[in-house]
Amino acid sequence: MTGKPLLCLESVRVAFGPVEVLGGLDLQVRDGEFVALVGPSGCGKTTLLNVCSGWLAPSAGRVDRPARLRMVFQQDGLFPWLTVDENILLGLPPSPDRGAQRRRADALLDLIGLRTFAGVYPHQLSGGMRQRVELARALGGETPLLLMDEPFSSLDYLARLKMRLELARILRERPRTVVLVTHDIEEAAQLADRVLVLSERPARVCAEVALDGSRPRDPTDPDVVSAVHRILTMLGLESNGESRLIGAPAATGARGRRE
Amino acid sequence: MTRPASKPAPLLALLTPAVLVLAWGLVSSARLFPPSLFPHPWDVARGVALEFRSGRLVNDAIASLFRVSSGFLLSVALGVPAGLLLGHSVRAREALLPLVNFFRSLSPLAWIPFAILWLGIGDAPAIFLIFMAAFFPIVLATTAAVASIPSVFFRAARDLGIEGPRLLSAVTLPAIAPQVITTLRVAAGLSWLVVVAAEMIAGRDGLGFAIWDARNGLRIDLLAGAMLVIGVIGAGLDRLLVQLTRIPSVRWGYER
Repeated sequence: MTGKPLLCLESVRVAFGPVEVLGGLDLQVRDGEFVALVGPSGCGKTTLLNVCSGWLAPSAGRVDRPARLRMVFQQDGLFPWLTVDENILLGLPPSPDRGAQRRRADALLDLIGLRTFAGVYPHQLSGGMRQRVELARALGGETPLLLMDEPFSSLDYLARLKMRLELARILRERPRTVVLVTHDIEEAAQLADRVLVLSERPARVCAEVALDGSRPRDPTDPDVVSAVHRILTMLGLESNGESRLIGAPAATGARGRRE
Repeated sequence: MTRPASKPAPLLALLTPAVLVLAWGLVSSARLFPPSLFPHPWDVARGVALEFRSGRLVNDAIASLFRVSSGFLLSVALGVPAGLLLGHSVRAREALLPLVNFFRSLSPLAWIPFAILWLGIGDAPAIFLIFMAAFFPIVLATTAAVASIPSVFFRAARDLGIEGPRLLSAVTLPAIAPQVITTLRVAAGLSWLVVVAAEMIAGRDGLGFAIWDARNGLRIDLLAGAMLVIGVIGAGLDRLLVQLTRIPSVRWGYER
């Protein structure tokens, strides 16, 4: 990676009373990178994202983040009392030029293919459409960093597949540095430049898998299959090349390292 | 997309009262009960028409509506901000919620003697009693609505640079609007109940006083007429407040 570091966490520790959630975690994300964070359920992925966003102050350690960033939430972060159009307009940087604001909003509506739904309220849209609007609102801020907290987890399988393609397409048109928290390892391997595997609580980055090629990667691509298997193995869900998951594809080989 | 709302059937809404009045007329005509205890709908209609023409009914209705709107608006003006404070501040909740629950448990009618002693007869005691009936439910419902705003809205607002007083107008108030509107409907109904009781005891006019006056004069037709008018105005007030739920930006609160 050639970009300069955009997000840097050094020895970050978060404890809620006696429960240590993050245990001296280091993380560096470079400009233009797409980093996915995976890990066991309850290991502290969302806590880590909350620290990255500045919503949660760490108990110890150092966090360097850009002054402005946007987050795409697991649950609906759209304001239900505003229309699609109003939600997107709210996400734009303030400007006295209303015509320019209108054009920016229209461009974002076109980007997500929902121009005809501009006057509709979020509760009148499907889950996938709502996530696209939320993504557009986040992109509208023109911040360098996007944090995404399991943005597609509430969608059905087919909608999730479609949203992966949509996200990859949108990021091709509007490149951003992305940190994606997901429990879907295939999603991480299809979209991310690097997949960071978190340990059980207190979480640390215990392994990293790097992937090449343009997004979204073919899920049947040997590198993607290999990456998925490596990550599953790191998470203890697979051993000796034998999948413990019904229907998981066979391992081939992938670049990666354990820390 | 959500399915379109089913069309209202206004005829059905008129049919059921018509059937009820018909049944009332039949029972009354059959003389199952003495006319001094069970008036005929025709006599009631005639009594209402007479009271209307004399101007007394309109004056009483205006007097009652004035008291209800004054007490109700005062409750909203003070209750919603108090609920916002309690909803946002744990300290304020700890300090004030026990008091709110204490006063909420007291029937507003229990205040009638004090209302007369402190404020005499007329508008003031009725407005005070309506306030005591509507204020506490509004405070509690607003508190609960604020406390249950999903934190994701505040996080999104922070990301979007919405802070300070704008947070109240752009996030908190729209987020609680559906729940508050429902509470306003309940509180308006309570106010209308209380004004009748208050006017019976501490009034010189109003629909409650009209009921008491008819009872004292053994005019059972006028008594039933006043009750009908109270019911019709109460239902009308609710229909008026229901219009608030038709505002597009609050529909999300009723369509999930």
